[in-house]
Amino acid sequence: MADLAIKPELVAGILRQFVREEVLKVGARGVVVAVSGGIDSALSARLGVDALGPEAVTAVAMPYRESEPASLADAQLLARQLGLELQVLEITEQIDAYFRRFPEADRARRGNKMARERMSVLYDISSTRSALVLGTSNKSEILLGYSTLWGDAAYALNPLGDLYKTQVFQLARHLGLPQPILDKPPSADLFPGQSDEAELGFSYAQADQVLFHLVDERRSPEEVGELGFDEGLVERVWRRVRASQFKRRPPLLAKLSSRSVEQDFRYPRDWGY
Amino acid sequence: MGTGERTQLALVQANSRLGDTAANLEAVLETIGEEVSAGSQLIVFPELTLSGYFLKDLTQDCALRLDGPELERLRRAAGSASVLLGLVLESPDFEFHNAAVLISGGEVQLVHRKVYLPTYGLFDEHRYVASGDRFQVVEVPLGGGQSWRLGVLICEDLWHPSAAYLLSRQRADLILCPSASPGRGVAEAEAELGSAATYGAMLRTYAELFTVFVAYCNRVGFEDGFHFWGGSRVLGPDGKLLAGPLDDGPGVLRCALDRRELRRARIAAPLLRDEREGLVRRQLERPPRG
Repeated sequence: MADLAIKPELVAGILRQFVREEVLKVGARGVVVAVSGGIDSALSARLGVDALGPEAVTAVAMPYRESEPASLADAQLLARQLGLELQVLEITEQIDAYFRRFPEADRARRGNKMARERMSVLYDISSTRSALVLGTSNKSEILLGYSTLWGDAAYALNPLGDLYKTQVFQLARHLGLPQPILDKPPSADLFPGQSDEAELGFSYAQADQVLFHLVDERRSPEEVGELGFDEGLVERVWRRVRASQFKRRPPLLAKLSSRSVEQDFRYPRDWGY
Repeated sequence: MGTGERTQLALVQANSRLGDTAANLEAVLETIGEEVSAGSQLIVFPELTLSGYFLKDLTQDCALRLDGPELERLRRAAGSASVLLGLVLESPDFEFHNAAVLISGGEVQLVHRKVYLPTYGLFDEHRYVASGDRFQVVEVPLGGGQSWRLGVLICEDLWHPSAAYLLSRQRADLILCPSASPGRGVAEAEAELGSAATYGAMLRTYAELFTVFVAYCNRVGFEDGFHFWGGSRVLGPDGKLLAGPLDDGPGVLRCALDRRELRRARIAAPLLRDEREGLVRRQLERPPRG
């Protein structure tokens, strides 16, 4: 077993500084974060508040009519704990209006559309507040591709992107996030009864171990198998990582000129600030 | 008695604005002024202070020349103090180096061009800059009429023990280590950040085994999500911590260095005297067989 335990006070300190410095550097006034009632968004919002103060954090809950009512209750509980005013902007009307034209749409398609609708709302609010969209994707989701491209995977900066899900839990516990949020099973809440782990076919505790050996420790799938992990699990995890690589890279351009954006026009993102 | 043996060192653990050489130069000039007023005799800045670190295609835009107006201003600002400063240096034939310039007595006394350019993992230095070809010690007066033998290792240079060894064989008194080290490794099992632990071990080992003062001056702040962890510190020639380590915020670490510490350490552990340099040379030339 790999030891994924982190030093939470060290990590929290670095992430607070990260959010604060990256926001101030670009001249923004704060962050806007979607608060779903789940643990990832709760932790992101908390780090935003710790970095910038509650007045600089805009928390938005965007339920759909089928979202679990407990999710909104948990988002409100978090907002109260953090001293945030929660904006509740239901997305039912626009989602239902769109899918009246496509009644045959399955739940994956509907779920992706909702995730992109929420992104669209966040970016709209961000421009009115001079705020950056704060991401809530963790390293497990990013590596497994368990996200909606241009949906929840779209943001300006993300304090959780290098923490595995099990490490998110560890940090969230350390920071004392509300107990109901810590206790419930992970869910994207895109349809009733959805569960991350049921959909993925493995638990985060298992996947994080395998990912840590494959990614952080640079072991081959065969070597990870030799450590005693189920070979089928290792193969499924690694296949997901490979198959979702496109979600982690900027879109492709066809190179034609002597200097092309993304290929040999290489400037840091911080260029210009 | 003995104040002539001492020098006042200041490590300026600072952030830089990535790619904004003009703003960084003004900040550095202001700090030099403050440190000169405070009585600092040797003022050390982190690696690539004037440009920032993860430059990519900004490298050439940020490059300065030894005969340029910026160096002229720095030489004048230093006055009678000595200053070590990291910058991208452009040669007359248009090569670029990650360099540190030592100004003393109003002149550039040493230019160290980073020899070991990390080009793996998160690093990509050799794509943008050329490698230096030497580790050199120079002797400069640092107040009180005493001369100090100084050598410079920039960040990754420290990861090659031969570099510190070569400075030691030139009888360095003080090794200056400007750095832009991004933090990584947050495992609970470690006492501190992984990169901090590794640097701490290297710096201590060099100080103690080469019986030399070691001064480590790291960046702070963030560039493109990379966190520079600070941790600037000074170690004595017995390997003990003299000052610092600072945390990961900006700050100046001031420390008085006493040359008599070198004498005491080298009497207690005459490792330099006992070093078999000829043996090393012979075995590198012709490895023993069988």
